[in-house]
Amino acid sequence: MENHSHEEHGHEHHGNFWTTYIFSEDHKVIAKQFLITGMIWALIGGTLSVIFRLQLGFPNANLSWLKPLLGGWITAEGKIDPEFYLALVTMHGTIMVFFVLTAGLSGTFSNFLIPLQVGARDMASGFMNMLSYWFFFASSCVMFTSLFISTGPAAGGWVIYPPLSALPQAISGSGLGMTLWLVSMALFIISSLLGSINYITTVINLRTVGMSFTKLPLTIWAFFFTAIIGILSFPVLFAAALLLIFDRSFGTSFYLSDIYIGGEALPNEGGSPILFQHLFWFLGHPEVYIVLLPALGITSEIISTNSRKPIFGYKAMVGSMLFIAVLSFVVWAHHMFVTGMNPFLGSIFTLLTLIIAVPSAVKIFNYVTTIWRGNLRFTPAMLFSIGLVSFFLTGGITGLFVGNSAVDIQLHDTYFIVAHFHLVMGAASFFGMVAGVYHWFPKMFGRMMNDKLGYIHFWISFIGIYMVFFPMHYIGIAGFPRRYYTWTNFETFGGFTDLNMVVSVSAIISVGAQFIFLFNFIYSIFRGKLAPANPWQSNTLEWTTPRHPQHGNWPGEIPTVYRWPYDYSKPGAKEDYIPQHIPFSETPESNLPHESELIKLEGMDNTIRVEEKKHH
Amino acid sequence: MNMIIGLGVVLVVAILYMIFRIGRLMEVAKEKKEDDNAWNNINAILFLLFMVFGLIGFFYYSFKHYGTYEPPVASEHGVVTDNLFWITMAITVVAFVAIFIVMFWFTYIYRYDKNRRAAFFADNHYLEITWTVIPATVLALLIFKGLRVWGDITGPASKEAVVIEMIGQQFAWTARYPGVKDRELGHHNYKLIDASNEFGLDLTDKNSFDDFKSLTLYLPKGKEVLLKIRAKDVIHSVFLPHFRVKMDAVPGMQTQFKFTPTKTTEEMRTETGNAKFNYEMACTEVCGRGHFSMRFPVIVVEPEEYEKWMASQTPWLKQNPDYMKYVPANLKEAAAIKAGLSLDGIQTANSVSLK
Repeated sequence: MENHSHEEHGHEHHGNFWTTYIFSEDHKVIAKQFLITGMIWALIGGTLSVIFRLQLGFPNANLSWLKPLLGGWITAEGKIDPEFYLALVTMHGTIMVFFVLTAGLSGTFSNFLIPLQVGARDMASGFMNMLSYWFFFASSCVMFTSLFISTGPAAGGWVIYPPLSALPQAISGSGLGMTLWLVSMALFIISSLLGSINYITTVINLRTVGMSFTKLPLTIWAFFFTAIIGILSFPVLFAAALLLIFDRSFGTSFYLSDIYIGGEALPNEGGSPILFQHLFWFLGHPEVYIVLLPALGITSEIISTNSRKPIFGYKAMVGSMLFIAVLSFVVWAHHMFVTGMNPFLGSIFTLLTLIIAVPSAVKIFNYVTTIWRGNLRFTPAMLFSIGLVSFFLTGGITGLFVGNSAVDIQLHDTYFIVAHFHLVMGAASFFGMVAGVYHWFPKMFGRMMNDKLGYIHFWISFIGIYMVFFPMHYIGIAGFPRRYYTWTNFETFGGFTDLNMVVSVSAIISVGAQFIFLFNFIYSIFRGKLAPANPWQSNTLEWTTPRHPQHGNWPGEIPTVYRWPYDYSKPGAKEDYIPQHIPFSETPESNLPHESELIKLEGMDNTIRVEEKKHH
Repeated sequence: MNMIIGLGVVLVVAILYMIFRIGRLMEVAKEKKEDDNAWNNINAILFLLFMVFGLIGFFYYSFKHYGTYEPPVASEHGVVTDNLFWITMAITVVAFVAIFIVMFWFTYIYRYDKNRRAAFFADNHYLEITWTVIPATVLALLIFKGLRVWGDITGPASKEAVVIEMIGQQFAWTARYPGVKDRELGHHNYKLIDASNEFGLDLTDKNSFDDFKSLTLYLPKGKEVLLKIRAKDVIHSVFLPHFRVKMDAVPGMQTQFKFTPTKTTEEMRTETGNAKFNYEMACTEVCGRGHFSMRFPVIVVEPEEYEKWMASQTPWLKQNPDYMKYVPANLKEAAAIKAGLSLDGIQTANSVSLK
């Protein structure tokens, strides 16, 4: 176990600094690039949320001390400009959904884990993979730039509904800021598609000998489904954005009709703002699962490993993910129950939406059963995974309210929705991402992260995030609309100043706690304890690589896979885990009857491999 | 001052870093085989405490502050959707609490013990079928009830419904009522909108002559109200929290929502014990800088009082007599009668506009 030798440089391709660290085609380096860019974005997105939470929690506070940072966006009275407030919530949403939880999560872990866990030397196309990151980087630069322009960044909400997003007269953020948003998203979509194609191709074609689909770790299944969802839905957002660009710049009327603004009637007629909403949510809803499924995959792996127990219902887990992936395409209009869409569609989408709760429930039950009679080791990764399940439960169950069109009438666009989706997709996916970093850090950087700091980070974040989002349910039931700069104009929304303050303070603490993680991350890269070869006694293939896997991952042959990844605590086995590459012939004491049968086939696997080698 | 605070922060961070470094060095120096299980137990206990205190806090707040977060309901369908809301709440709270307790109980009792081995329990079809079928059944019931309610709410309004038009614009609402003479809203066209004609009222339609504008949404108690909703510039959303009404106002498309108010403002004041209680309408679709300020007052009165109020309102055309010039010649007389203008007034208006 204590394999500290890292002198296996069999496969090393020496490149210069630029080709090794910057324009690298190695999936591990690209994964780290995605991770670090994603972390920077998470900090920016988190900071934006703190700024608008200051406004909501302390509406009377003098914020002129933010002037050095925000300049003219702080009014003379020391208040946040109401339009900039909208820009803040818009950019917070955009950044978190796309840049952190899509690129930062899928980009990091799909890239890092797919080749390592399926037993491949690299992605199917290293070059496309590199392009994927650099398109993301370009997209990030454009979006980042938009934060600093004088008319402000896009401010019409992350869903950019036209006409608000189409008309600079309506809000100044819909000027250059919106143009940059659209350009940035176009680049982002290209990046996402390049990545997804690679993930799918790699999973299908580059699995090592013996790694059949039924032996794939759940992480890979999750990344695989995510990539498929992405490839089918992102082009629709691209189309929606393109039509919006036409409406904005070339006088078309896809989304615009009968508008009188700024003292003039616009010539556009016959367009439909609802069309945009359909197109947007055709991506927008699958996007929820693009964000969530990788986190669930990561959690499945971590919970099983640290429970020292096979994941309960492997087939049901894959099946429910497949079911969720399919259903995710036919529930989009539940975001639109009160947009004036035909009520009959509302009925259909209520039905389909509530059906999607079934596979989600199955996943929760399976996680809980995995923990049952396990032998739980609370590594930081495990803590965050359990936190994810808790958030997924808390946030998911409120979906039964808002998915039901009749109940949604009152709750739509209130803080109830904010609480719902932040818990179920925001916090849950974020925890999945953090869990993944804690778990695979030893493989990424060859060192261990400090687990005490990890515990502190977890407990502050876990309780903090609950304190942020749980009270929002009450605020939402009371009818408080979201994206409000202040509620003081209404008698109905007069209360809850105390609760809003609690939320804001918790948000600040929760964001602050992420600096513990940041410190731990940076510190451990350089001075963490050296990582053993397989620090978590895990079964998957990535732990068979050297401490610092070079380009090509395995110095020699890629291991052959004989068994599924969840042979933990198998009765009769010496250790409480049997890695995937251990043949059944070596573990006669723990083989199940049908597995002993498989021993006969093991030699044949080798012949296949020999033949393959001859071909090359 | 800022510099001192900045220096203070740097100092605190530096001290924390030193403490962390010293802690690490001590660990290394002692070379003590650390008892990982101590931390493991601490985390397990913390989960248990989290579960217990979390649930206590949840129930305590939910019951103690029920009055603060549950807005009183004042419409017929609102009672039904609230009922569905609380049925869903009952089901989800039972499921949530059960899973919450079980999960964190498990994390506690199955915490690591080096003398124990986890069970090799990979699947069990009966269990899995059970927890697929049970949620599916419960959901089917919720869907069934939900769809029936939804069907009722979104079904066509009755012919006798009081029709009122709500128009959203940045950043205000206006209401247009059909006059008492014809009880029908006249046509409108966005191209006719100007500084005075904010509805884009089409004066070639005879139904438009007695339409009037209101800056308060007056509603009769016990009568079905059909709100016809549109927007001039960007998407807005009509939200009447006490009536459980919400519907987007979309430029280029008319939307609608029907409901029946059941309590007058006065009755609500008695019920809530708040003598200053007022119904309000808000905007719930982000529409720009003033999104948060789109308040529109709402008053519910007894039907007789409502009729009195209707009759006392001045038609828009009467307020803007110079728009008579847009009325086709053959309708001028009808317009004058409906709007309550004297024909002299028209002539004056015409001559004014001719000058």
